[in-house]
Amino acid sequence: MGQVHSTFVGGAVDGPGMRFVLFMSGCQMRCLYCHNPDSWDRMGGTRRTVEDVVAEIGKYAHFLKSAGGLTVSGGEPLVQADFVHEVMRRCKEQYGLHTALDTNGLMAHHLPDQWFDVVDLVLLDIKHIDPGKHARLTSAPNKPVLDFARRLARMEKPTWVRYVLVPGYTDDVGDVDRLAEFVSTLKNVEQVEILPFHQMGAHKWKQLGFRYELGDKKPPSDEVVERVKKQFMSRGLHAVA
Amino acid sequence: MSKKNDTPSVASDAQTAPLNPWRGFKGQEWREDVALREFIRANFTEYKGKDDFLVAPTERTRKQWDIVLDLKKRECIKGVLGVSSDIGSSITSHAPGYIDRDSEVIVGLQTDEPLKRAIYPNGGLRMIEIGLEEYGFPTVDPKIAEIFTKYRKTHNQGVFDLYDDEIMACRRSGVITGLPDAYGRGRIIGDYRRVALYGVDFLIVDKRREKAESDSTPFTEEVMRTREELSEQIRALQELKQMAHGYGFDISRPAANAREAVQWLYFGFLGAAKEANGAATSIGRITAFLDIYIERDLNEGRITEDQAQEMIDQFVIKCRILRYLRTKDFDSLFSGDPTWVTISLGGMCNDGRSMVTRTCFRTLHSLTNLGVSPEPNLTVLWSEKLPDGFKHYTSELSIATSSIQFENDDLMRQYWGDDYAIACCVSPMRVGKQMQYFGARANLAKALLYAINGGIDEMTGEKVAPGFVRIKDEVLDYDKVMDKFDRLQTWLCKTYVRAMNAIHYMHDKYAYERLMMALHDRDILRTMAFGMAGLSIVADSLSAIKYAKVRPIRNKDGIAIDFEIEGDFPKYGNNDDRVDSIAASITENFMNKLKSQYCYRDAMPTQSILTITSNVVYGQKTGSTPGGRKAGEPFAPGANPMHGRDDHGFIAAGETLAKIPYESNLDGISWTASFAPQSLGKTLSDQINNLSHCLDGYCHSGGFHINVNVLSRDTLLDAMQHPENYPNLTIRVSGYAVNFTKLTREQQMDVVTRTFHQRA
Repeated sequence: MGQVHSTFVGGAVDGPGMRFVLFMSGCQMRCLYCHNPDSWDRMGGTRRTVEDVVAEIGKYAHFLKSAGGLTVSGGEPLVQADFVHEVMRRCKEQYGLHTALDTNGLMAHHLPDQWFDVVDLVLLDIKHIDPGKHARLTSAPNKPVLDFARRLARMEKPTWVRYVLVPGYTDDVGDVDRLAEFVSTLKNVEQVEILPFHQMGAHKWKQLGFRYELGDKKPPSDEVVERVKKQFMSRGLHAVA
Repeated sequence: MSKKNDTPSVASDAQTAPLNPWRGFKGQEWREDVALREFIRANFTEYKGKDDFLVAPTERTRKQWDIVLDLKKRECIKGVLGVSSDIGSSITSHAPGYIDRDSEVIVGLQTDEPLKRAIYPNGGLRMIEIGLEEYGFPTVDPKIAEIFTKYRKTHNQGVFDLYDDEIMACRRSGVITGLPDAYGRGRIIGDYRRVALYGVDFLIVDKRREKAESDSTPFTEEVMRTREELSEQIRALQELKQMAHGYGFDISRPAANAREAVQWLYFGFLGAAKEANGAATSIGRITAFLDIYIERDLNEGRITEDQAQEMIDQFVIKCRILRYLRTKDFDSLFSGDPTWVTISLGGMCNDGRSMVTRTCFRTLHSLTNLGVSPEPNLTVLWSEKLPDGFKHYTSELSIATSSIQFENDDLMRQYWGDDYAIACCVSPMRVGKQMQYFGARANLAKALLYAINGGIDEMTGEKVAPGFVRIKDEVLDYDKVMDKFDRLQTWLCKTYVRAMNAIHYMHDKYAYERLMMALHDRDILRTMAFGMAGLSIVADSLSAIKYAKVRPIRNKDGIAIDFEIEGDFPKYGNNDDRVDSIAASITENFMNKLKSQYCYRDAMPTQSILTITSNVVYGQKTGSTPGGRKAGEPFAPGANPMHGRDDHGFIAAGETLAKIPYESNLDGISWTASFAPQSLGKTLSDQINNLSHCLDGYCHSGGFHINVNVLSRDTLLDAMQHPENYPNLTIRVSGYAVNFTKLTREQQMDVVTRTFHQRA
């Protein structure tokens, strides 16, 4: 049994192709810019069985097989690692789907390497290279995340790094340079996705009664996005925005 | 021998053709009997490559198009540029007309001037008179008025001689709308390829042979009618030769080269268009056919790729300038000046090859060379097995122009084989072997309200359906509603069929499409094409009644004019079987009722779920419905989910659509899907691949049709404010493409509010 926040069929921005996206409830981080703060609550959403979720994915299996696959996101999927593993395992076995895991990596150190056998692609969200700024931004340390990134490199697990670009918080030239330097040492990283901050989740903070620090924050300009992209590309990384 | 030179010859030089027209052609079956499919199958060259061979328009094409654009601009302001109201249109009614003789490679106009509209009094005088008045032109020539009141009856007059009170009440209330009793029925595709392959003399001989088969046999009504029709067809073919002769061509013989093939085919189409006042004048499945001639010319060194593209571009220009005089009422139902010159591209051949040829690419390339346009109605017959090059090209163009619709060839081929074409918006039929007796649609949402309100119209209070008693319950009971709805539909179908029988009996009698039918076999399948509007409204309404609690709010006469819903219910468009199955069975049920009726001339009843732009008008004429839609709000187009209710994304919506059974809706199930580009992927390359995959998936699931609009809401809102900045903004509405700025404001708002599949 697991707590599922929601599902979406036809996501084109959650991994390669068009995908079934399973959003899990619960997250340990508290990112200031989160656009799904309603997913933080571990007991939120709907209680569902593995069978039920796999059956829903099955309705689109034929399409997903050629068009993309399954992405498990959230919230933070590794908070319900057993459930997520079982869903992915069955989808691979029964439907032959490509699987992607959209994670912040914080909980990964609990899991053995074999856990990741059912994951074809990891979408790793690295929030910040600087430990202090990372803590301020997410209420969590970044060492487990960076350790996980190195571990994925050792495992040679195909990985896309995701970086949310928030003006004034994650756009500092030096910080981005150091992150790019770090990522360039990871040979398993296929691309870096720069996700410009947006305000489409703002109303949810209000609905939940949370204090939203980034209320007045505007999305980064095209120039800044380009600059950040170039910083990654200049180190031989494939970057998209 | 080679005709390739620096200043390629124009029309008048094309007459010196001592070549054997059939040189190099393979196959035997088509040489003595008219057999286009066999000819194409034996001779076409499949093309599996990419679009990199395509070339820019020639100077001559640019010149032609510039002139037309200028005329279109003026037409935009005036509404109608000119009307030839002193002559009734026929194949030979007008002297030759040109856009610009020197640069015109494919010739022939409906009248003597481009964009000047003709009148077709055989259809009816009233519509002509209204149209002339509304657009500020002098009244119709008195001689014509005299002829068609004193000496010759019109289709319109004939139909109204037959209509009974119930039919009239249904028309008034809008529970049946769009009946072609005042405008032409369209939805007939002449096999224009026959003119090019055989030449007209061969076809006349063939028609005479067909007629002779009933010589010396008993003259029953059926036989006599067929003999008369064949005689008219032969006459029409003679007139076609005359028309072509006026332009300097002898089309008695087959086309001998590519340019003649295009020209001959176009003449066939033009002649047919001049005898119509059409709802839909579709062209058919012509690209593989024309490609055979173009390939031959290219191989023989007669033409270059530039010249091949030029012929196609200029042929497409001709498709874009087809015009009919209509009334403003017609325009509000079918806005944007549509003529539905549908060209069907691609598809698979039964021998396993695809029918993708370079000319499919060249035809689509006109969108790039000439800019986007709603006409011709470019329809890709999609199969999962199509070559990747074509899939990639069509997806890319679709994203760039939103001017392409896709239909499921894998599904249609099972029913219609590999030489069908799309008539009008979405309806398939085998070319030259079938005709449709078109009949717009019934408003099923209003019918549901009639079931609840005892046959009384909720907007006017008029009793339209006799013999029904209204429901008086405080909370609507599903079984009770379904029972009454079923009986109401039985009454509705009977009335609808009577109306259609009247229309087509009289249309055959007074406005027979002689030339189009001359380009058909004598013995054809006739289908009677019914339709329904408001499917998603009805599905959601019944879902609400079944799964939630619906309380009618009645006026002082006891008529339910609004509804209160308590509780939640599943909504159509989200791949939820609980409501999707209701929708599917509604279509099956209605179709079964139609099947049990006698249709004129033993036609086989069929139906479509298609509304074009008339979904807005339907909504205006329909009161609040039990599923939450308020009085006056537009219906969803075709089989679309109601606005904003498909919130599980594009794929789930497609799965819902795919559940509507094609075997009960043979004329098509129309879906219009609009996307913000980023919802299809981050990069253009991703978007193209994802769209192709989505189309594959949709077809695999049994989906029938999709209009793809890849636009942002902001673009559309801006276009409403500043139409002058968006002269070519073409979007697709259920079944055809339309220039956005030509829509009425209500229709524009409808398009904007229609669900945009977007993901943050």
